[in-house]
Amino acid sequence: MSKLSQRHLLGIKNITRQDIELILETAGNFKEVINRPIKKVPSLRDVTIANIFFENSTRTRLSFELAQKRLSADVINFAASSSSVKKGETLLDTVNNILAMKVDMIVMRHASVGAPHFLSKHIQANIVNAGDGTHEHPTQALLDAFSIQEKIGAVAGKKIALIGDILHSRVALSNIFALKKLGAQVMVCGPPTLLPRHIRSLGVEVELDVQNALQWCDVANVLRIQLERQQLKYFPSLREYTLYYGITKRMLDNLKKEIVLMHPGPINRGVELSSDAADSGHSIILDQVENGVAVRMAVLYLLAGAS
Amino acid sequence: MRKKLLFDSRHLDITLNRLSQQLIENHRDFENSVILGLQPRGTFLAELICKKLNQLTRKKIAFGLLDTTFHRDDFRRREVPAKASETRIDFVIEGKEVILIDDVLYTGRTVRAAMDAMLSFGRPQKVELLVLVDRKHTRDVPIEANYVGKYVDTLESQKVLVELEAQGFEQNKIWLVNKA
Repeated sequence: MSKLSQRHLLGIKNITRQDIELILETAGNFKEVINRPIKKVPSLRDVTIANIFFENSTRTRLSFELAQKRLSADVINFAASSSSVKKGETLLDTVNNILAMKVDMIVMRHASVGAPHFLSKHIQANIVNAGDGTHEHPTQALLDAFSIQEKIGAVAGKKIALIGDILHSRVALSNIFALKKLGAQVMVCGPPTLLPRHIRSLGVEVELDVQNALQWCDVANVLRIQLERQQLKYFPSLREYTLYYGITKRMLDNLKKEIVLMHPGPINRGVELSSDAADSGHSIILDQVENGVAVRMAVLYLLAGAS
Repeated sequence: MRKKLLFDSRHLDITLNRLSQQLIENHRDFENSVILGLQPRGTFLAELICKKLNQLTRKKIAFGLLDTTFHRDDFRRREVPAKASETRIDFVIEGKEVILIDDVLYTGRTVRAAMDAMLSFGRPQKVELLVLVDRKHTRDVPIEANYVGKYVDTLESQKVLVELEAQGFEQNKIWLVNKA
């Protein structure tokens, strides 16, 4: 079957393992396309896509836009900070006005959990969630899975540790869903204040000592400390966080085993990752960015084809 | 399902020999020629032809796989999007004589998409098309093959079924069948 079970990509939670595998396989084909001398294919030439970002983004927005352009779609960009949202327009009104201009797909990032799910109940266009608050960031999880598969051959059966601010991370939640569906073992590691209380119910292991987590895993996906979402103090100081949870190249080298280091970006250099670790041979951080374009091309292609 | 046999193993072998000889007639030592098999099914035939050519010319001929999925013009016009296959072209097409190979020529739309896809890899000096079965009077676009195994009169309600050993079938057989 070469069709997704859903019309939207709202989260990894509501897609199947088959969907994920289809997206990753198609992404492999697109990775070949974007390494050609001419990187563009005409598949989506009659599709118009609006990128609606109610929250800041560099990588995700550029990656989506590039993916859309490589597929020959028409693209319009919308940043909430410079729009009528400032004048008090509601989300649904804003989106309906954009759709009235004959837009077929919406890629949306929003600070509120469930915003794309709400939208999907009211509009016809396909919706891709590019991050909703602290909930899900499905394309990031898909590109992480793709990068793991590319680097070490498979996701199933591998041990993957998510390290850092799990509580505020949509990347963590989407990653847990995706990796579990693909048959990996998942561990979360961070200070107790940054681990959600019921996280074990998702079938993940919990570890408080970063050294043990690194010792255990094949892949360490290090997450950013999201200071902008932290209204409370979750740890005494950044310095103390770095002391206990910061990862350095020396720690990785001392493991005496192969380990893959990932980070969804943006990196707080010198906080969760030291510069020498981020730039070391263990790191596939820039491969993740390259794969992001291929994976987003696959998602857009499959959603557009299913409608 | 009514079936009519178009090629059996022996007949196919004779035809492949003829097609190979015709290619040699036009391309001599294949110095400047490359072969591209169209995914998903043209690649098996292309491999067979390549093997024959290797035996006959004792040369290694550049051989690649070309997928047309992302260049098709029926995207969003069919129920299920076509599934992509691998494209593997590890040589330069610029200035080369390209021989496209597919099993069946029907509407011509796949070949149109293939030419579009091929141009992403450079500008060939010349492009030719080889097909095993040419279904007459069924073209949607003005595309004809340079080398043809067999011309067949068909109805729209029929299709050509290719069973090759390389695809896991017991014997090489090509059928004309009535769609259910």
